[in-house]
Amino acid sequence: MPSTGHIKIPAVLENLQAITDCVSGAAAAAGFLPRRVGDMELALEEAVTNVFKYASPGNPGEIEITCATGGGKFSIEIRDWGKEFDITKLPDPDLSQNISERPIGGLGAYLIKRLADDVSYRRLPGLNILTLVFNLEIKKQ
Amino acid sequence: MNISTKKESTALVVTVSGRMDAVTAPEFEKSISDFITQGEKAFVVNLSGLEYISSAGLRSILACAKRLKEQSGKLIFSGLQGHVKEVFSISGFNGIFKIYESDAEGLKGV
Repeated sequence: MPSTGHIKIPAVLENLQAITDCVSGAAAAAGFLPRRVGDMELALEEAVTNVFKYASPGNPGEIEITCATGGGKFSIEIRDWGKEFDITKLPDPDLSQNISERPIGGLGAYLIKRLADDVSYRRLPGLNILTLVFNLEIKKQ
Repeated sequence: MNISTKKESTALVVTVSGRMDAVTAPEFEKSISDFITQGEKAFVVNLSGLEYISSAGLRSILACAKRLKEQSGKLIFSGLQGHVKEVFSISGFNGIFKIYESDAEGLKGV
């Protein structure tokens, strides 16, 4: 797939907007409707804020995001050089729990899995690679 | 994100617009938390102008709801649209919160 968007930047919350702008710009250019770009922004925010929080607490490293489009798909690859963290292995939350029972948190990975058409994780030495794939839906009006 | 409030007889109507993400969600939580500290116990939160919410926003909402529940308070929502409605649905929040079309209906539901 040809690359359509790329950013490598310190993995801190202050950079969330820059990362979102990079990816949503690439997704809009690839022909995604605003509603679907919104889904992508959400999955992306969940993935990158996990890196901000857990990859290297107290000593943030860098995060690299590469978007690619082709074959009716749009992919977002997220790389970080922090601790191993495979969101695809996290259990889904129990949505039937009431307000008192529900734990605070735990919805981020679930939202990613529900919104992206495919989620895959690879661990290479010292490197996490999370790839989110979205199918290009047919444009309406 | 913008937050404005209007005191009604049965509840405080809190209107939130813009984006509730990992950067802005703590502002919402602090705002509601401050009102609880001041003695407010019933809230109708109007989200008709909220364009985007992430799990950080859901986390803040749940934290406020837990605090209110301990004090027999109420957190009710109105006017959910598009993306926010979808995220509430996926997360099961529409099963644990009362959600109304309008503030007027929400105020009756307090």
